[in-house]
Amino acid sequence: MKKLNFHPCGNYKERYEQEITLFETDFGRLWSGIGIFLLFAILPFIVSPYFLHVLNMVGIASIAAIGLNILIGYTGQISLGHGAFIGVGAYAAAILATTLNVPFIITLPAAGLVSAMVGMIFGIPSGRLKGLYLTIATLAGQIIIEYVLVHWETLTKGTMGITLPRPNIFGMELESDLSFFFLIFSCLVVMIWFAVNLIRTKYGRAFIAIRDNDRAAEGMGIPLFRYKLLSFGISSFYAGFAGAIWAYYMVSITSEPFTLGLSVEYIAMVIIGGLGSVSGSIYGAVFITFLNELLRWLTGIMMNIGALTESGLNVAPLREFFFGTAIVLFILFEPRGLAEVWRIIRSNFKLWPFAY
Amino acid sequence: MNFFLQLFINGISIGFLYGLSAMGFVMIFKSSSVLNFAHGELLALGAFFFLAMLTWVKLPVVVAFLATLAACFILGFIIERFFLRPLIGEPLIYVIMLTVGLASMFKGIMLLFWGGNLQTYPDFLPAFLGIEWHVINIPPVYTAALIIGIMFLILFGLFFKYSSQGIFMRSVADNQKAALSLGVHVQRVFALSWAIAALVAGMSGIVLGIINGINVHDLSAIGLKVFPVVILGGLDSIGGAIIGGLIIGLLETFTGGYISPSLSDVVPYVILVIILMVKPYGLFGLAEIERV
Repeated sequence: MKKLNFHPCGNYKERYEQEITLFETDFGRLWSGIGIFLLFAILPFIVSPYFLHVLNMVGIASIAAIGLNILIGYTGQISLGHGAFIGVGAYAAAILATTLNVPFIITLPAAGLVSAMVGMIFGIPSGRLKGLYLTIATLAGQIIIEYVLVHWETLTKGTMGITLPRPNIFGMELESDLSFFFLIFSCLVVMIWFAVNLIRTKYGRAFIAIRDNDRAAEGMGIPLFRYKLLSFGISSFYAGFAGAIWAYYMVSITSEPFTLGLSVEYIAMVIIGGLGSVSGSIYGAVFITFLNELLRWLTGIMMNIGALTESGLNVAPLREFFFGTAIVLFILFEPRGLAEVWRIIRSNFKLWPFAY
Repeated sequence: MNFFLQLFINGISIGFLYGLSAMGFVMIFKSSSVLNFAHGELLALGAFFFLAMLTWVKLPVVVAFLATLAACFILGFIIERFFLRPLIGEPLIYVIMLTVGLASMFKGIMLLFWGGNLQTYPDFLPAFLGIEWHVINIPPVYTAALIIGIMFLILFGLFFKYSSQGIFMRSVADNQKAALSLGVHVQRVFALSWAIAALVAGMSGIVLGIINGINVHDLSAIGLKVFPVVILGGLDSIGGAIIGGLIIGLLETFTGGYISPSLSDVVPYVILVIILMVKPYGLFGLAEIERV
């Protein structure tokens, strides 16, 4: 039997493969196995229906946030159009499912591919622009896509929205939150697996090289434009996939949610979670989704306090205020995000209780 | 022909307002190369502060105007000192997201106090400012806006050309390291340019508020409209901001008048993408943008 490796007392790496391995110790492998087991076998059965819904939203947001982190955190290209790409995915799924009657199992990846195509088109400016000029170009992309979603009425039904059929996998109808939980989180696990492995391949390393120094990367023979487009494509595929699941989960969609605000929310997730870290994107998605729910709950309570409503104060905008404050505080005090906080906590406990 | 003329005049006046709003934005970018996504909220803050001074404190118009400008000046100073100074040297994404975060903080505060409804100033402009000539009909607000705008342009032109602080600001914009080694207090220049930019933003906010009424959502939308304007004019050219504003304003009203009203919102951004692809440094910007 292979010797298990739990707590190495030093750096015993002898081969390059040991450097890029996913789990540095068997401890990590064991824990992720336990985590996945708890996630699928225990968690959905013990939480309340409302919390299950929140978890589903977290799962969808995580998929899209991982995509955005590949683009911003690993490739260093700032995109303000992620919300629109999610919208493209949602509409692609809705249109495929209603007008073409494509089965559910095909619409999800197809919506991802449509979104990837659109993402690559709006990534073309990255061939000539970088930094803030590219950011402004993606901002324009967001606003143009938003306009098309509202005004291309023959395809998107405008402000009427589209109602989707119930998803159906091999004769099984998905309708409860519980069945969606299994769908969303199995997709999420596959997406995480793909993302962490992508980073270890030649493509991931090329992305990181482009982020760190694009001229040096080009000097080492990385075709910048092709890899940037690829990064835009992969990132939008994630966004479109998440959008498609979202559309099915919400049953009917309009163009209303896919605004610049949504794009900003996703960038906030990626920053608060930690740029350049797949697990960070998930922490960020959890944080922002829970923050949203918490603020909704808080404003709900404060609306019912007579003294506050009588004084004419409208507490609903507090949501916006706290959201902004969270972003600002994280950038000022922990710019590496929750992933870094978690790393610090873990390294403090590594050899606990013996500090040395 | 009358329709054309009226559209033309509308376009010029809207475009002038865009240019005015973009001026503060350009000023911040020029000195500290920060892309300010909170610009629309700064406009709105100025407009609301003026409203508060007029209706709650009941100050006379001129005093209220000056008090608003002073408050905006201090606000800009505070923003730079406490939020942007710690980020000097950090990657671009943090600076951008910080201004986005500030934008949503300000928006929350304004919605809390004034709500999302349209508010208007009490009428205080003298009627003789209005111009009526043949078919051309220019309401007094536009004349007032034009006068204020040109006055500010001249004042800032003189400030940048002759005052020592203005020369420091230009030197920092030109070459930060050289300015630093020649003894320019670069941090003070950053703070000053934020303060002046906030002041200009507050002033434009008041003008926009007089014309369109004050609404948080509309004014922050103008903050986004600033991007096509400044890219067209050149990100670091104040005169370019005005010209860019005029062109975008004309394009908007003509598409709105001749093709379709809903299209007029998206046309500036289409222009933006084209400009970025063809001539990213705009009409009057310095051609030193880094090509990949």
